[in-house]
Amino acid sequence: MKAIVLLGHHVNDRLIRLGYITRFLIQILLQSGTCLLRPRLVLREIYFIGVQSLIIILVSGMFIGLVLGLQMYDTLQRFGSGEGVGTVVALALVRELGPVLSALLFASRAGTAVTAEIGLMKATEQLSAMEMMAIEPIARVIAPRFWAGIISLPLLTSMFNVMGITGGYLVAVPLLGVDEGIFWSNMQSSVDFSNDVLNGAIKSVVFAVAVILIAVFEGYNSPPTAEGVSNSTTRAVVTSSLSILALDFVLTAFMFRGI
Amino acid sequence: MPDNNLIEIQNVSFSYDQRPILKKINLVVPRGKVVAIMGGSGCGKTTLLRLIGGQLKSSGGSVKVDGEAVETLNNDQLIRMRRKMGMLFQHGALFTDLSVYENIAFQMREHTNLEEEIIHDLVMMKLHAVGLQGASQLMPSELSGGMARRVALARAIALDPMLIMYDEPFAGLDPISLSVVGELIRKLNDALGATSIVVTHDVQESLKIVDYIYMVSEGVVVAEGTADAIRSSEMPFVHQFVWGEADGPVPFHYPSRDYADTLLGRIQ
Repeated sequence: MKAIVLLGHHVNDRLIRLGYITRFLIQILLQSGTCLLRPRLVLREIYFIGVQSLIIILVSGMFIGLVLGLQMYDTLQRFGSGEGVGTVVALALVRELGPVLSALLFASRAGTAVTAEIGLMKATEQLSAMEMMAIEPIARVIAPRFWAGIISLPLLTSMFNVMGITGGYLVAVPLLGVDEGIFWSNMQSSVDFSNDVLNGAIKSVVFAVAVILIAVFEGYNSPPTAEGVSNSTTRAVVTSSLSILALDFVLTAFMFRGI
Repeated sequence: MPDNNLIEIQNVSFSYDQRPILKKINLVVPRGKVVAIMGGSGCGKTTLLRLIGGQLKSSGGSVKVDGEAVETLNNDQLIRMRRKMGMLFQHGALFTDLSVYENIAFQMREHTNLEEEIIHDLVMMKLHAVGLQGASQLMPSELSGGMARRVALARAIALDPMLIMYDEPFAGLDPISLSVVGELIRKLNDALGATSIVVTHDVQESLKIVDYIYMVSEGVVVAEGTADAIRSSEMPFVHQFVWGEADGPVPFHYPSRDYADTLLGRIQ
């Protein structure tokens, strides 16, 4: 009985938190006018959130592509279809690995930075100071980071995919001797724009909303202490990682059914 | 005469969860004066500032600023009212990603359409007023505690507010910086024709610069008067506070069970 009560409390708490985060999202959307009027605020955050995440995204994409090329070639060769490695690498990256892994890396690199930064701004009364200067912190601090995250992640994902495919190419063609023409033509004929590329991009946008919303929400609601900021940062990365994986399953189920 | 008072706090109560902080407190701040609100840590001084700034809403009573009841203002009206206020936070609360210059120019850029040249001149004037014209390009992390407080002071007066609120402006400062900040509070108030509220527990420094003092304890004003009246007060609480006595009406010991019983193991 006690376990059921505890479970009920836990579910209730989660639902209340979901309500808070939805209300927070609405507040951000309502106060996004400043970002439209002053795009430089968003551009500045794109630099911190997007450009500074570039290295980890590019390097990870390359290694994922290299490993995927090796693994796929080995498996496909058992069935005598090693030339299909380009197709498999591209499909795996564009449909699944690119959006999911980029979002996970983005959550741990940029999401945590955003949560910690906003949490510390709150702890050092910078957000209160802004309020007292008659400036809405949601419009001036939160909304630019939110939109910068939504713009940055899909772009980072596309770069991750390009690096991954390049990695797959480097393993398959120069190293394993797959014919270059077959590698590219197989890939071109198998990867569909709307079913694969576009769906991957949609996933990436959905993940971006989830990751950056969780990051700014946790930062803004962080208790103003060292321990509070630390806990919020941890919670942001854990919640966004699990959200990415759960959303991925839901989106995949809708997008690729029957194919 | 109500018109002479910029701030009127009448029967204001406020609680954090179930813990009452202010209990029907009353005080007024006349225009053009520097008024200190003193009291021990956690007595509700900062809460009073937040109620005046509209960051918190009282659970009873009325907080009037320039004739307007803060608790009845909507968000837009509150924002308009805050433009007439400046606030110095306990640790400065400077924006750590902006230079000293940009910190002071921040409000000017947000609220006005002034030309860059005019903003430059205004920022330099504010920095000159606090003696830090040469530090305009430094980042907040490169400033000492006293310098950061002075920059925060320059930022608080960036738009020439009618009300300047100081939350513990003397906390953690060395004696020289303490004196400098104290003098600046007085001089800036008089030069700008503003009204200032200084929340502090630094008795000696604040008694030198303020016109009137309210002493708050357990959510109510327990004493008030000019610096001389407070210094010579025979009230046990005021005497203990002004002369920094360890024991008195504010006990040294946190409420507890009998000490001997605890040591003898009769109470766990």
